[in-house]
Amino acid sequence: MIHTDTGPQREKVAFWRVPAIRAILYQALAIGFLVVMALIIYKNTLANLAKRGIKTGFSFLTNEAGFAIGETGAMPLLQGKTLWLIAAVVLGGGVIFFLSRKMKKEGQELSDSTPLCLLAATLLIGLPGAVLWFFPGDIPTLHYSESSNYIAALATGLANTLKVSIVACVLSTILGLFVALARLSPNWLLSRLARWYVEINRNIPLLMQLFFWYFIVFQGLPSVRKSIELWGIISINNRGLFVPRPIFLAGGAPFVAAVVIALTAIWFYLRYVKRRQDSTGQQLPRMLPSLGCFIALPALSMACFGTPFSFDIPHLAGFNFKGGMTLTPEFVALVTGLTIYVSAFNAEIIRSGIESVSRGQREAAYALSFSKTESMKLIILPQSLRVIVPPMINEYLAVTKNSSLAVAIGYPDLVSVGGTILNQTGQAIEVIGIWMGVYLLLSRVISMGMNWYNAKIKLVER
Amino acid sequence: MSHETTDENIIIEIKGVNKWYGKFHVLKDINLNVRKGEKVVVCGPSGSGKSTLIRAINYLETHEEGDIIVDGVKLVDDVKRIQKIQRDVGMVFQQFNLFPHLTVKTNVMLAPIWVKKSAKAKAEKRAMDLLDRVGIADQADKFPGQLSGGQQQRVAIARALAMDPKIMLFDEPTSALDPEMIKEVLDVMRELADQGMTMVCVTHEMGFAKEVADTMVFMDAGNIVEYSTAKEFFEHPKEERTRQFLEQILNH
Amino acid sequence: MHPSDTHTPGETRLPPNADTGPLAWVTENLLSPWYNAILTVLACLILYGLLHPLYVWGIKNASFGTVCPSGHDGACWAFIRDMWPIFMVGTYPHEERWRIVIVLGVVILLALSLIFKKVRQWKPIWVLWALTPAVIFFLIRGGSITGLTQVSTSHWGGLMLTVMFAAVGMLFAFPISLCLALGRASDIPVIRAICVAYIELIRGVPLITLLFMASVVLPLFFPPEMEIDKLLRAQIGITLFFSAYLAENIRGGLQALPKGQEEAARALGMGYWQRMLLIVLPQALRIVIPPMVNSFIGILKDTSLVGIVGLVDLLQVVFAATANPKWLGHIEEAYVFVAIFYWFMCYGLSRYSQHLEKRYAVDNK
Repeated sequence: MIHTDTGPQREKVAFWRVPAIRAILYQALAIGFLVVMALIIYKNTLANLAKRGIKTGFSFLTNEAGFAIGETGAMPLLQGKTLWLIAAVVLGGGVIFFLSRKMKKEGQELSDSTPLCLLAATLLIGLPGAVLWFFPGDIPTLHYSESSNYIAALATGLANTLKVSIVACVLSTILGLFVALARLSPNWLLSRLARWYVEINRNIPLLMQLFFWYFIVFQGLPSVRKSIELWGIISINNRGLFVPRPIFLAGGAPFVAAVVIALTAIWFYLRYVKRRQDSTGQQLPRMLPSLGCFIALPALSMACFGTPFSFDIPHLAGFNFKGGMTLTPEFVALVTGLTIYVSAFNAEIIRSGIESVSRGQREAAYALSFSKTESMKLIILPQSLRVIVPPMINEYLAVTKNSSLAVAIGYPDLVSVGGTILNQTGQAIEVIGIWMGVYLLLSRVISMGMNWYNAKIKLVER
Repeated sequence: MSHETTDENIIIEIKGVNKWYGKFHVLKDINLNVRKGEKVVVCGPSGSGKSTLIRAINYLETHEEGDIIVDGVKLVDDVKRIQKIQRDVGMVFQQFNLFPHLTVKTNVMLAPIWVKKSAKAKAEKRAMDLLDRVGIADQADKFPGQLSGGQQQRVAIARALAMDPKIMLFDEPTSALDPEMIKEVLDVMRELADQGMTMVCVTHEMGFAKEVADTMVFMDAGNIVEYSTAKEFFEHPKEERTRQFLEQILNH
Repeated sequence: MHPSDTHTPGETRLPPNADTGPLAWVTENLLSPWYNAILTVLACLILYGLLHPLYVWGIKNASFGTVCPSGHDGACWAFIRDMWPIFMVGTYPHEERWRIVIVLGVVILLALSLIFKKVRQWKPIWVLWALTPAVIFFLIRGGSITGLTQVSTSHWGGLMLTVMFAAVGMLFAFPISLCLALGRASDIPVIRAICVAYIELIRGVPLITLLFMASVVLPLFFPPEMEIDKLLRAQIGITLFFSAYLAENIRGGLQALPKGQEEAARALGMGYWQRMLLIVLPQALRIVIPPMVNSFIGILKDTSLVGIVGLVDLLQVVFAATANPKWLGHIEEAYVFVAIFYWFMCYGLSRYSQHLEKRYAVDNK
């Protein structure tokens, strides 16, 4: 039926009263407002920069940095072997990604088919391994020095940010788990203690805690000559933490390979056990063969190729320690502060996760006559993990962002290094743009991980 | 197009309405007229599109094709007209949807004050009259959460009546109620019907339908399968599907 | 039921074997089974290891007089006695401190007036509340029309500055976040995209980068002849940061609201703003008060970052006060003092938020 606009009800509609047109108007207004703002800011900025004699653009990045960074390490350069390694990983990952997508369209999982699993393992482990093993030469690296350029300085800062974030995430999770278990413990005193640990830590600013660790604890430590020694291998003094450093020997590479192979084999074995249980109901031992494989293969490699590595133990020589690995007071203070602060939040997440698995679930599990450990393993833990993981990932994101407080105690992270560059060059917009870009990228990567996890959970729930 | 105005009494005119949710075709070429004072009961299995149809009448759902004309005003993309129709058409929901942060009285007064701009004292008096009419004047200062389901639904009816609507739409008004409360709500609706209100009800209460409805509409899979007077509908249903449905629902 | 049972059926009585003495409590909660006893001992050891040194330093060996005896190893609380006003207001001139006392009085009066329902329902009080921020600002700053000596913002500091950053941040971030949350929930694509982009950008970067941005880059955005106060710049950074987090809080409340509420309002013929102001926001905001208080705690702690861009807040005042030659090196005492302030503010607020959450849960039953 087509109606012409002639009937009595068809008086003309004023265009501004049509929702769709209104929406377009609002959008146009919003865009117009933003554009005008941007133009004003652009004009002002140009005028200001001209007044101060600052050039815009990123060309300054290739200039020589000229300042020292207290914490540097070898960073892989994007050349030669590194590129081949990346190519191998991308190739392997890509093939698996497409395979699993294809399988999913047919309603199957990649892990359903044994040959495909074998193929995936070969691609994921074998391909990069082969590149590492057979490709001539070492991975080209860059060690930052004062004559390096600003890009290298920023990359070093980013590497330091990542280093401190990853260490703090891992440690705070472990510590948080212990505190959460203590809070859930029926022991009154212990659970109170854990509660106050949480309450004290999360109600005092992180920056204050960092200052505490750095200015009071670490600067209050004895001097080098009077270091505190632990078991004769670790020394602590006001210059940092001196720990043994592993040195790879001839047997190192085969040893690592053996561990990787053992882990892969265990994965396949556990998969086999599960499938067998699914199809026949028969339960094969899991723990013993896995453990045996995990010990036997590396042991075999040690027997054939010799000791994998030895430890270089730090020793006092003159006015400082020689050998070993030095963790700077800044690094240790930052890791300690972040770990303890975040562990309080993590503990609360884990505790409420475990508590949220309702009593009914637990009772249902007992009613089905699962034992206590079985019900913990099969019912309570998987369900609480579902509640725990998303906020935990948020917390990891917060750790990464909070690691930027490093600038306050002089640990050379991305913000700290960027700040030095900002002072040297005056390129504020560019430096802050780089900061924000990098952190946004990190946030996106982490939240992509979270989305992936959430999607996976939803799949299971269906 | 002169047939639009042939029957002076037609208050809702639905012509060739089609609606999709994504690719799912919920309403298929619906044609339906409702006269002033007519009581129409729409029934059908769940997912048949009956709720969508009555929600389309006051623009809670938009339709892609066809026309809906309410009291001479065609539903088109015009904010003013949509609001006029929404003012003239009262609606009662399955889940009551009272505003939990406001007292019962304020729930009833709110729209007259803000939408119709009536004076506060007048709106309050009217609200109390209406609450009295649905039998809960003594609960006027309580919050909805403190009332039973049946009482809440009666407040919801009073709230809709406060706007002096020309038409009342009921979207399964008793489905969320405990059995002992259904009657008190149906009584209010019956009284409303006696006073000559134009009503379109989606309901499974066949006893109520038999007693009150002028016209029965049976919907299935987005189509109007049967349209007849209540007497005919219950005594001599034309369609096989209607017969099946009635058998299922009455033999329970 | 045993027939010999003397209790009449239905009578309330204690559970059988209810051993409720203190000894039973200790055994139950601390000592049995055996590993619990070990945990108790362990907990005691940790507690002792933490509290004993603190006790020795802070109380046993401490001096509470007005001067510090030289060469003792406990805390010297004379430092706090002497310097506490600095901790409260920074380098705000001595002879003008009475103004801060008045401000404090006004704030306390306001808080009290919030408690009493009678006062809250008295309409003109809203005008008073709306005016107070401006009154407080002019009292502290002085100058122009007030006839008071102007105190430059470089002298504002300490606890006053910390609380001010958080409170003013809240005051301005709230309306911004309301717009952002409504924008994010709206069905107009461009407006939604702008709000999402803003919120995700701010939430994706650390506060410190925003503070640097506000203090270094923001002045570049304004005409060259315009000077923006250093304090104001930090405040803008904090406000922008806070608004994104508040917006996410509010969005949570909007999503928690049943769809039927908006539909019912539409069915009554209400327009968008009527629906939002009368129906949606009053309910959504009530749900989100607890998470908003939590965000406020976060921002209260995060204001400590303004020290990195050179302002002297409650945390930085530690360094300022211990730089005084008279009290060189008393950083521990300053730390304890400041930590107590932070802790009580944050802990108090978090208890308040928990209380609200519980009350809300009860209300909703």
